[in-house]
Amino acid sequence: MSVPILEMKNIDKSFSGVKVLNDVQLTVYPGEVHALMGENGAGKSTLMNILMGVHSADKGEILLNGTKIVNSSPKEAMENSISMIHQELNPVLDMDVSENIFLGREIKKGTSGIFSHVNRKQMRKETQELFDSIGIDISPSSLMRNLSVAQSQLVEIIKAISISARIVIMDEPTSAITDKEVEILFEQIRRLKEKGVAVIYISHKMEEIFSIADSITVLRDGQYIATDKASSLDRDKLIKLMVGRELTEIFPKSEAAIGDVVMRVEKYSYEPKVKNVSFELRKGEILGIAGLVGAGRSELVEALFGVHKSAKGSLSINGKEVQINHTGDAISNKIALITEDRKQTGLNLNASIEDNITIVSLDQLFPHGIINNQKESAVVDESIIKFGVKAASKKNRVNSLSGGNQQKVVIAKWLLTEPEIIIMDEPTRGIDVGAKRDIYLLIGDLVKSGKSVLMISSEIQEIMGVADRILVMAEGRITGSLERKDFSQEKIMYYASQFNRGNENEETE
Amino acid sequence: MKKLNNVMNGQLMRELGIVIVFAVILAILMILSPNAFARPANLMNIFKQASINGILAMGMMFVIISGGIDLSVGSIVALTGVVAASFAHPGEYPLIVPVILAVSIGLLIGWFNGLGIAYGKIPPFIVTLGMMTIIRGAALIVSGGAPVFGVTDEFEAIAGAFLFDKIPLLVVYFITITILSAYILTKTVFGRRVYAIGGNEISAAFSGIKVEKVRIMVYMISGMLAGFAGLLLASRTVSGIPTAGQSYELDAIAAVIIGGVSMSGGSGKWYGTVIGALLIAVIGNGLDILNVSSHYQLVIKGAIIIVAVLLDVKGKEKTT
Repeated sequence: MSVPILEMKNIDKSFSGVKVLNDVQLTVYPGEVHALMGENGAGKSTLMNILMGVHSADKGEILLNGTKIVNSSPKEAMENSISMIHQELNPVLDMDVSENIFLGREIKKGTSGIFSHVNRKQMRKETQELFDSIGIDISPSSLMRNLSVAQSQLVEIIKAISISARIVIMDEPTSAITDKEVEILFEQIRRLKEKGVAVIYISHKMEEIFSIADSITVLRDGQYIATDKASSLDRDKLIKLMVGRELTEIFPKSEAAIGDVVMRVEKYSYEPKVKNVSFELRKGEILGIAGLVGAGRSELVEALFGVHKSAKGSLSINGKEVQINHTGDAISNKIALITEDRKQTGLNLNASIEDNITIVSLDQLFPHGIINNQKESAVVDESIIKFGVKAASKKNRVNSLSGGNQQKVVIAKWLLTEPEIIIMDEPTRGIDVGAKRDIYLLIGDLVKSGKSVLMISSEIQEIMGVADRILVMAEGRITGSLERKDFSQEKIMYYASQFNRGNENEETE
Repeated sequence: MKKLNNVMNGQLMRELGIVIVFAVILAILMILSPNAFARPANLMNIFKQASINGILAMGMMFVIISGGIDLSVGSIVALTGVVAASFAHPGEYPLIVPVILAVSIGLLIGWFNGLGIAYGKIPPFIVTLGMMTIIRGAALIVSGGAPVFGVTDEFEAIAGAFLFDKIPLLVVYFITITILSAYILTKTVFGRRVYAIGGNEISAAFSGIKVEKVRIMVYMISGMLAGFAGLLLASRTVSGIPTAGQSYELDAIAAVIIGGVSMSGGSGKWYGTVIGALLIAVIGNGLDILNVSSHYQLVIKGAIIIVAVLLDVKGKEKTT
């Protein structure tokens, strides 16, 4: 462990004005497994994407064996012997396994240049040899389309390893594979270590980290926090490093009077994502839903909101059972859903700020179906001021706004319907600290005025800071419910990882 | 300066662009042919020539803004023309019968298109392409493959008469339908929803919009206007011709696209479509007067469509 194989120094990166990495460093030695830890949004994936040449850093440098390198594309990174297994797989489905393994570096035969052609036979043969040496039973000639998720992930892993890389990045490599396959993976990682290859390992699963990692680097909110030997850390210390701040400072918790049950959900299912979920939401309450990404939280609230027609279960509002077959039914029952993905589900990016704000409330504002421009304009002006949307003109397209301002437009749009129950799915995702604080304050105001909030968040300290009560979901079920006095990081993590063995769960950052 | 930038980018630039193109072409034709082209009677004639395509284009505009396409309108023109002419023989039915039939057949076909697209989840291109062929076949079957002649004078007057002895009724219909379409598109909740589903269908569905219903409605509007256009064409040609209206759908799409409506849906203005329809008529009329062969006219028309879409694409690049 003399010379580091990789040094990333003073890395800065911003996306549309939001700083996601601030002076981050990472030092990795040959032959070690280096875990990169941090919560969702801490900047792990961004840092790795910079290393892989997917993004370019705004500032900072990357040294490989002491020599400065610039990776401006994944191909260059590969040429620098760095390879990455992504958490979201991108195989070419209509190519076979060997073609995927050799994608971008196909074995050619005949003359070089444009007249060379691919030597499939050789590629299949080498793939078979590779699989035999590892003990994997997948045919090199089967189509990727016909493989299971676990098998595809194995192929991706083998592909990354086969590039005779000196640095292999694994981003949540075990999110879709079974315990047995995890063993195969760890066996491969140990072999890589023996050969002096460095592995950068990203995972949320603590047990994995402590069983495979040699060193651990922790990031938090885009900042470098610490690097230490895995042997000198334990679970608690690690979590403290990952969270590490006084919750009360950032989360202005306002106390609202909690009243009667306003919404009762009984045996709600949307197979296979949501299984038999029951809970109650009270007036003035902020109910958090915690869990890992992929636990079925978004699907649950979408099902409640009438997005998924095949969802089953009963829903009562103020003690009266209601039928919700369509989002319109939910809206007329005074429910609002502020979705996670602004671009996909939240906004019409082509349309103006004004059109976006009023689109849900048109029926309420203009019951005869005829739009009164003056009235619309007045309503929109009021919303823009109330929610602090910063824009040159309300006629501008929402496309032109920053993430935080777009989120304010989404919130303005939904609160214009004067809902009683406000569901927020990751309301602070991808926005900066200032805008986050505005949203926390807004949530406080909402419950003070007697409304109820159901909030999904993957940031544990956020949900602990804001919620009155937390439901924890794993694999579509509610696995735990915590009162505010019982909140703790450990308990939430414990409930969030109540998996059934061998099941697939997808974690994404 | 910043304000000027706002004015010059995106939507406005695109619409201004087409106005400028229109003005330039008008100016060139007036200079080249001051006596024939610029005569008031000829200008009225251009309006008249633009009318049927303009009416189809209004329906097409709703469809394209909603993110779809309707290839069946040309065939609907033929079928409804044949049916209307068949019910317009002297001494058989009152005039209202062919009128109602033409419009409601168009409406019905549009409804079928909408059902296939909204609930069958078949791409609009496929549904309306199939429907185009089916309805063309239906027009040939209904007419026995031969034109239907022998209509009443009143039927002929539907498209042939003049308002105040001056303004062709065709132009009156065009203007009326344009005003109605513009009103629906810009001043009603329904119109706003057409833009919303074209801009982002998923967010529209999350916003409580019944996307399927809105989709069906736009195809019904397009079908109904095509039925009306079929009636007008039959009246104007004093016959129902089963092979009429071929490639009318393409002219209608061209008018909409030239007018700055984006093929990907969610944006576009009604007046752009009007200019698009007028521009196509102006080119045809002007080139006729200049004795340009109809073969060359096709080439010029096609080039203008491509240039218009080029403006569309460039305009988008600037805003993103």
